[in-house]
Amino acid sequence: MIISLFITCYNDTLFPETGKAVVAVLERLGHTVEFRRAQTCCGQMHYNTGYQKEALPLMRHFVDVFRGAEIICVPSASCVAMIRDHYPKMAAQAGDRLLSQQVSDLVPRIYEFSELLVDKLGVTDVGAFFPHTVTLHTSCHSLRSLHVGDKPAQLLRHVRGLTLNDLPASDECCGFGGTFAVKNPDVSGAMLSDKVSCIISTNSEVCTAGDNSCLMQIGGALSRQKTGVRTMHLAEILASTDSEAKP
Amino acid sequence: MSERVGEAATAPAFPDAAKRLMTNQQLRRNVRHATEVIRGKRSKVVGEMPDWEMLRESGHQIKEHTLRHLDFYLEQFEQACMRAGGQVHWARDADDANQIITGIIQSHNESEVIKVKTMTSDETRLNSALEAAGITPYETDLADLIVQLGEDKPSHIVVPALHRNKMEIREIFLKKMKLDALGDRPEDLTNAARDYLREKFLRVKVGVSGANFAIAETGAVCVVESEGNGRMCLSLPQVLISLVGIEKVIPTFNDLEVFLQLLPRSATGERMNPYNSIWTGVTPGDGPQEFHVVLLDNGRIHVLADTESRETLDCIRCGACLNACPVYRQTGGHAYGSVYGGPIGAILTPQLQNMEHSQSLPYASSLCGACYEVCPVKINIPEILVHLRGKVVERGGAPFSEKLAMKTAAFGLAGPARLSGMQKLARIGQRPFEHDGELRNLPGMLSNWTSFRDMPAIPKESFREWWAKREQDEMK
Repeated sequence: MIISLFITCYNDTLFPETGKAVVAVLERLGHTVEFRRAQTCCGQMHYNTGYQKEALPLMRHFVDVFRGAEIICVPSASCVAMIRDHYPKMAAQAGDRLLSQQVSDLVPRIYEFSELLVDKLGVTDVGAFFPHTVTLHTSCHSLRSLHVGDKPAQLLRHVRGLTLNDLPASDECCGFGGTFAVKNPDVSGAMLSDKVSCIISTNSEVCTAGDNSCLMQIGGALSRQKTGVRTMHLAEILASTDSEAKP
Repeated sequence: MSERVGEAATAPAFPDAAKRLMTNQQLRRNVRHATEVIRGKRSKVVGEMPDWEMLRESGHQIKEHTLRHLDFYLEQFEQACMRAGGQVHWARDADDANQIITGIIQSHNESEVIKVKTMTSDETRLNSALEAAGITPYETDLADLIVQLGEDKPSHIVVPALHRNKMEIREIFLKKMKLDALGDRPEDLTNAARDYLREKFLRVKVGVSGANFAIAETGAVCVVESEGNGRMCLSLPQVLISLVGIEKVIPTFNDLEVFLQLLPRSATGERMNPYNSIWTGVTPGDGPQEFHVVLLDNGRIHVLADTESRETLDCIRCGACLNACPVYRQTGGHAYGSVYGGPIGAILTPQLQNMEHSQSLPYASSLCGACYEVCPVKINIPEILVHLRGKVVERGGAPFSEKLAMKTAAFGLAGPARLSGMQKLARIGQRPFEHDGELRNLPGMLSNWTSFRDMPAIPKESFREWWAKREQDEMK
């Protein structure tokens, strides 16, 4: 199967390892990954901060770039939520019927990484080996917008060597919220502080999630506080194999 | 025009208010404890309803239908209420409503009123207006009484004194009720309040209430509460005045079947409210012999006019979104600078003021969606927050540095070559701040990030650069 990767702008820039891991997992499962190099950004940051005018050309560009792609894999629940929840409305508001048509063709072909594996490809064991204790942060968008349920946990449970520790208050927001993190730093920090306490209480070596945006927030505090807990995107754990992951 | 929401127009911006309030550890503990208790109860009694999702949808549909035909239902209510012996007044704004209510009280030469919990009267600042006219208002809802005696502000739309614990309440009562001694058990406190209030219930001739629902079909008004103090205010005085926001109208008596299931379970985690009062006009020889309804607009028309955010008016004031909100639970309600705090306040307060004030409120959310999930009438609060952020930006309410950053980002993301260029520039720009792969002490707005969090440095190779190399290698 040919799977088109939408890496997302911040993964492209800040977390290229996540993209490499997605490619590794999908290729290991026998699929072909294509990367359309004209891609940039889904427009989420602009849209959610109130710059909807600026988000519209980004959406048009996205729709152009991924025209004809059969399956689009996105290693970020919040970008998928942006596309699914807001693109149809944005196109309707733009009053562009062709665009609306293109969006409704596009949306069913978008898959968040864990959705792609479990729902579309029907895989829960991707042949990974990761001999570490891990706790899973379920991002708000994956939980309440995408309703991914326990798909990420299913994938993690099938990783050999991995011990999955339940995260207390797992449905609580980490306090990232895009520009919220800088516009309301004190509240964001207080929410983060609660999240970090929960993560530390699990005694895990790694905190994982399907969203590097949450992990940037959580990891930023774990690193500043020198907790010794690392953050890793789900794809990076699933990409680990015997040869790489041996301590 | 004197549309206003309490003192929201002059309140400090949310981030500043939140920062100050969050230094109060007692308040944060109280809020955290109280919201945890209510959330637990709500979740239990909602979980036992197999048709909860259908009920939510029904509640949403009834409210949406009513708002689309609000002119019709308001007039139907007016006529039905008048037929039953009530008098109906229309108030364009807060001052209008306060003047009407003051006028009615003065026409009876009374100088005191007893009040049932009404957030709408906090919205219009009725108590200040009454006091200015020489009329003493007595709050009779226990929580409102605590707020009033403590010269405080409500911090929750259902549990206004949620930020106080019993020790603090004891001190307020001791001082303000001029008691010699008082225990700190809940029953000691409620007994003190009972003694204080009973005398007022029996003496004062005018009652002021809000309304949970106004039924267009019959002209009836409905108030739900837990203490019975409301029932006393609604039945003992000779004159009763109900201040009702125009969005409180519902078409028929049967519609209560839906809302009286949704509201108590969402608000206090009860299957049914202990007191459900529904009355229609005036009944000779029974209850108040004069009944006034003041229908209040006060900016609701602005909300109604915007089809994107109109469903804000669906709200039945259950407060479930406050309890569910991780932002509210950190700050409490006072940070919102409005009688309406939490997620619903963040969308309602600025809209009631036609977006002219409280512009920081739509940003007081991480958009986590917990509010939408628990809303009994399915108000898509996150979507409305984003819509209102757009209005703030459109009105020029965003800071210059943010606008600049957003325009620059939009330019840089317009195509892949520009994005690559930006990535390269950022890699150079980050050098002075980089230590061991982490960025610290970033300047400007980003200092809000790095003051307590690290930021990963931008790696030497972006994904797209890696991919390009990989493709080249494959070609070889």
